[in-house]
Amino acid sequence: MPVVLALVLLGFGALVFVLGGKAPRLAAVGWSEWRHAVAIFLVCAFAALALERLGFRVTIALSLAFLLGAVERKGFAVTAAVSIVFAGAAFFLFDTLLRVPLPRGPFGL
Amino acid sequence: MTETLSNLALGFSIALSPPILFYAFLGCFVGTLVGVLPGVGPLAGISLLLPATFGLDATRAIVMLAGIYYGAMYGGSTTSILMRIPGEAASVMTCIDGYAMARKGRAGAALTIAAVGSYLAGSASVVGLMLLAPPLALFALRFGPPEYFALLMLGLLVLAYMSSGSMLKSLAMATLGLLLGMIGIDQMTGYFRYAYGVVELGDGIGVVPVAVGLFGLAEILATAGLATPPQVVKPKLRELLPTRQEWRESAWPIGRGTVLGFLIGIVPGSAHIIASFVSYAVERKLSKRPEEFGQGAVAGVAGPESANNSATSGAFVPMLALGVPSGPIPAVMLAAMMVHGVAPGPLLIKQQPELFWGFIASMYVGNVVLLILNLPLVGLFVNVLRVPYPILYPSIIAFCILGVYAVNGSVVDVWIMLLMGVLGYLLRKLGFETAPIVLGVVLAPMIEMALRQSLAMSDGQYSIFVSRPIAGTLLLIGLILIILGLKPLVTRGLDWRARLALAEKGQEQP
Repeated sequence: MPVVLALVLLGFGALVFVLGGKAPRLAAVGWSEWRHAVAIFLVCAFAALALERLGFRVTIALSLAFLLGAVERKGFAVTAAVSIVFAGAAFFLFDTLLRVPLPRGPFGL
Repeated sequence: MTETLSNLALGFSIALSPPILFYAFLGCFVGTLVGVLPGVGPLAGISLLLPATFGLDATRAIVMLAGIYYGAMYGGSTTSILMRIPGEAASVMTCIDGYAMARKGRAGAALTIAAVGSYLAGSASVVGLMLLAPPLALFALRFGPPEYFALLMLGLLVLAYMSSGSMLKSLAMATLGLLLGMIGIDQMTGYFRYAYGVVELGDGIGVVPVAVGLFGLAEILATAGLATPPQVVKPKLRELLPTRQEWRESAWPIGRGTVLGFLIGIVPGSAHIIASFVSYAVERKLSKRPEEFGQGAVAGVAGPESANNSATSGAFVPMLALGVPSGPIPAVMLAAMMVHGVAPGPLLIKQQPELFWGFIASMYVGNVVLLILNLPLVGLFVNVLRVPYPILYPSIIAFCILGVYAVNGSVVDVWIMLLMGVLGYLLRKLGFETAPIVLGVVLAPMIEMALRQSLAMSDGQYSIFVSRPIAGTLLLIGLILIILGLKPLVTRGLDWRARLALAEKGQEQP
């Protein structure tokens, strides 16, 4: 079945390619937000790598701090407050109250 | 009928118990928040909050998730009316006249009409669900693997046909979803397929990381860089009551929207989006003053809002009675029910009547909760919208990571979400519908199992699918849909799907 599906998908791809002549050009789609998209992608990749190594709270706090401080250029106080409070509150809500186990990492955080 | 009423009484005895009532209330409240927040639609919302229900028994969990679903459907209308931002796709049509009413100083009336229309439509369509699901389940007991295979294939084809934009692209996305669903252990032979040594992929790709990636993360990737603070209209509590004229103008649209929404909801596809689109078009067609549409017509709010809420209940009919999800949201609900050890399908009503009828009764209760909750608390929800998007979206991303990780405690799921997010972002940019991918992922194991069981029954003869009347008829309907969907390629005109795609982009009214 996977082979049949792959062939069907190739067929659809070829048809979209052939009929795509009238579609707008790739540049016309508008990619103005690509810098934000790349930054978010990198932060999510960091979170996936660090989640079980550094623990939930440290990883989420660092990810939020990067997005707020470096990408959105928010002030130090806002960045620190939102990052720390969010990471702590989300951990408390899910791990402590709802008993969904979240990784703690080597520092117990 | 007497049996239905006694079953409903059983359902109400469960739904009105304090713990169930609490979870219905909590689900509706959280769902409304999810619907209000840009970037978190009902699909991503239900997926993200699934881990929060792990500690609950099946009835409470399902009641809460259903509350989130229809709460989100309602929450979407608040942002549409007050900010001209659809909190979720089904509220696109409400933006047009809802926001126009708000600019005329009738925001409160628009919100009340949307709430009352949603309540009436939601309650009426639950009656439809209650009456239709049991006989449908009885009929489905005649189904064997060939019939299920044909039904599931038809579900995918109808979804592709009913999606906005090109049917060719939607079919390609459904095929991609089916291919992704092939990853993992082959259920018949036990072989690992496309796992590349990653043990976690043995169980296949989960629907939660796919849904959150395609609908949550992709939305944020596409919108984070575009954040421009929209103007929020804040209605006062005393402005909430519509005038007698506005009530009169909304009565018939609510009735028509309810019937249309329920019927469209049963059919697979992005039912609530299509229901609101069709309802708007019907109301404009029937109106004595069609020129008012776009300028704040009451019917332009009442009809689509009733239709999308009615479709929400309609979508539960095939899911509960046949075990076949009719769109991406019911697919996630189906997965959620399975996580809690509930197998929706023809036997559910017989084997777990407390759950089925408790769920039905909780939908009535949920509709009342939404009505009570939303109007007085509209100020609170508006304040949530005042949180600047540059602060809101990093928090939503953190919730995406948390929600996806918590389902299986697996980092592999976070990677899958990330890849799906990038894929969803690129596909959105290029005009592809991503809903068929989610449905494909959920249906792939069912379709493959039904196909192979059918072929085992017939000694490998494919004629089994056409020689059995129900399977043959379903496949014939699917073939007709493909032909209808490809018609615009020949006629080169704009069909209704192309017009819907344009309307969703805000380029044209239907």
